[in-house]
Amino acid sequence: MFSLDLFLNALAAGVLLGGFYAAVSLGIAVSFGLLDIANLAHPVFVMFGAYLVYTMNSRFGMDPILAGVLFTPLFFVLGALLYQLYYASFERKGAESLRGLVFFFGILFIVEVGLLLQFGVDYRLVEARYIGESLHLGPVGLPFRLLIPCVAGVSLTALLYLFLSRTFYGRAIQGVAQDAFALRLMGANPFKVKRLAFALASATASVAGALLIMIGPVEPAMNREYIGRAFAVTVLGGMGSIGGTLVAALMLGVAESLTATFYGPAWGVAVSFGVLLLALAVRPSGLFGR
Amino acid sequence: MSQRAFLAVAALVVVAGFLVSRVLTNQYYYFAAYVILQYVVLATAWNILGGYTGYVNFGTPAFFALGAYTSVVLIKMMNAPLGLQLVGGAAVAGLLGLGIGYLTLRLRGVFFSIATLALAVVLQTLFVNWEYTGGARGLSLIRPATAPLFGHYVQFLFEVMLILALFAVGVAAWIEHSWIGRGLAAIRDNEEAAECMGVPTLRLKLVATTVSGALMGLAGAPFPYFVTFVEPGSVFDLNYAVNSLAMPMIGGSTTWVGPIIGAVLLGTAQQVATVTISSALNLLIVGVILVAFVILAPEGIVGLIQRLARRREGDVRLAHGKAT
Amino acid sequence: MTSGAFLDVQQVTKRFGGFQALSAVSLSIRQGERFGLIGPNGSGKTTLINCISGTLRADGGRIVFAGQDVTTLPAHRRTRLGIARSFQIPKPFVSMTVLDNLLIPLEYSGHERTDGAVEHAMSILTLVGLAPKARVRSGALTQIEMRKLELARAMAAGPKLLVSDEAMAGLSASEVDDILAILFELNQRGITIIMIEHIMRAVMRFSERIAVLDAGEKIAEGQPDAILADPRVERAYLGE
Repeated sequence: MFSLDLFLNALAAGVLLGGFYAAVSLGIAVSFGLLDIANLAHPVFVMFGAYLVYTMNSRFGMDPILAGVLFTPLFFVLGALLYQLYYASFERKGAESLRGLVFFFGILFIVEVGLLLQFGVDYRLVEARYIGESLHLGPVGLPFRLLIPCVAGVSLTALLYLFLSRTFYGRAIQGVAQDAFALRLMGANPFKVKRLAFALASATASVAGALLIMIGPVEPAMNREYIGRAFAVTVLGGMGSIGGTLVAALMLGVAESLTATFYGPAWGVAVSFGVLLLALAVRPSGLFGR
Repeated sequence: MSQRAFLAVAALVVVAGFLVSRVLTNQYYYFAAYVILQYVVLATAWNILGGYTGYVNFGTPAFFALGAYTSVVLIKMMNAPLGLQLVGGAAVAGLLGLGIGYLTLRLRGVFFSIATLALAVVLQTLFVNWEYTGGARGLSLIRPATAPLFGHYVQFLFEVMLILALFAVGVAAWIEHSWIGRGLAAIRDNEEAAECMGVPTLRLKLVATTVSGALMGLAGAPFPYFVTFVEPGSVFDLNYAVNSLAMPMIGGSTTWVGPIIGAVLLGTAQQVATVTISSALNLLIVGVILVAFVILAPEGIVGLIQRLARRREGDVRLAHGKAT
Repeated sequence: MTSGAFLDVQQVTKRFGGFQALSAVSLSIRQGERFGLIGPNGSGKTTLINCISGTLRADGGRIVFAGQDVTTLPAHRRTRLGIARSFQIPKPFVSMTVLDNLLIPLEYSGHERTDGAVEHAMSILTLVGLAPKARVRSGALTQIEMRKLELARAMAAGPKLLVSDEAMAGLSASEVDDILAILFELNQRGITIIMIEHIMRAVMRFSERIAVLDAGEKIAEGQPDAILADPRVERAYLGE
């Protein structure tokens, strides 16, 4: 049954979801889009972040967003260490393609099973006073559990955008994607720049995890749905363009939300895969590609 | 190994399998052996694309499950015999391989890998929503109680999987030593150079994805009769994705021997371990071993043995040099 | 169409996003000719030979080889027609021995893997001086050996036209002479050769004719001494 109210609500929910997808995809947009490292483990880090937030929330009643922000230094360090290991084992030897992928897949697997051992397969969720409430604009309801993640996701995107375009290190990160040699002339060490970029990308996982568990209950295997989504967004957004990532995330959110509303919620994930395949088949450089 | 020698050994193994099934009656052994042999097929299939060609497939569960569900459909529709299930499962999964390859293999290998990862998730959604095959709840199947010559049907299935494993290994070994395998190795080493040296890279990659996918489907086709209850959660198990790539990577991914070594070692270890530790912990160990091998011994056990042999050869030569 | 042209590049253009890598470049090369292609870094030389060998597809224009339009053929088909190339950065099949590296193009140009094929490959290796290394893994070669392997492997494809992409960069003077001698020898055997090179001494000595690319356009073409005397060429290399 098509009705305008239903459509508008689905559209609004899609936009809100899209803002959150941007937060999850940022890490991939930087690591894969700019550094050319297919970090398949990023979504499982988001998962890990969600469970840390869950622990802080259920034990101490801490606000989920606050917990997410508090854990960013931990994820920053984890990201730096992971890149160091990746660099020493694969990138330096020029063997990144096959074995690097398997490596990240192995990490994904270890973290996922680790979460499974610690928290089990039951769905976990967080509590905060504002989560159940909604903002009403005419016929359209904007639930806070979606609105806050969207605002936070868009803010995170904006912050990263400013960092990449306005600061020396940000420009160095964008430079390393284009020309490592020119970067060396600028007096920056490509390895350190890449490590910083990878660490930053990983740090976003903590915040994204807080947003994820705010939207709905989580279980460890969920990260796999987000691999397809995040890579679809990154490819569609033009491989490393932060603005493009946001636009692509919003588009994917709307497409999924409309599909879920009119064809059933189970088909939402299928949309992201369809979009990914389409993007790869038709326009590998993305809709907003260089 | 020559073709004739391989066929002779294969025939011997099949006969031995049959004879064992006349003597050994404890059902547990057949279940365990079936699972290990199934891994031999999956690991061998994965390796044709991953090890020979250098394209990582994370979507083993998708191909395996498609093989299993094709059997389910064939059983429900026409009560098809096992032989037809095998052919059907292999054909449908092979077509999936061809399709996904056609869409993504023009691009860099990373994109293929990501597409296969997403493929498993989406196919699972599809089957969760398809009521005909039981949807999310799953579907019970009644398998024949006995098979002629074998008595118990599980013993028969064990022998079938034994033959499938030999078949898969035979296909892999043939490819490895044919012009196709040499072309695939050239692609793995440097795709651009391969193309410029006259290797039709796209066509060979499509052959590899199709054959690899078909063999994975073949491994899944007898699964419904093996477990008699099929549900999306069990056939799309991430388990298959991890093991099918961990086994060749650990055993050694450039020869057909590697996946067998990996599958037998890792498969047996897991069968033994599930008795004592939880299956999750079990998987965690597989993950850690995989990462350790990828970093420390990228050529796998076969590579380690070759390196040892070469060093010994070198020592011998050195000793000779000193003597003269 | 110019009659008698063995390789006819007509108005070929190529762009990457907003970057115009080649704008309407035309070349006409005779059979058996030694042709030099020079230009500053980023002038489009490698893009042009990628379009000729087929690893890139031209956006516009036509490429005709031995009377056949090859503009849209994939690279492996062009190799079978007789266009072979070496790579600026050597791209050996590292897991294979030097000999097996040569057997790949031989096998894929229709030679069965027989003793005859091995003999043929060995004769090419002897020509370039790699015969003693035939059973060595190609990943273990030195720089100069890898350059020679690049040429030998391209030879194994049985080319009528060989495109040599900076085969001498970073080599010592005597090594440059080694490679030059090999290329002269191949030309003697009737193979048309396009040489892309930064080492002026080598290009000038080797080429019968030279074309100069700058910023994706052909700015000069002619005999070596005429090219050297051309003020446009000097400007392209030295700036205003």
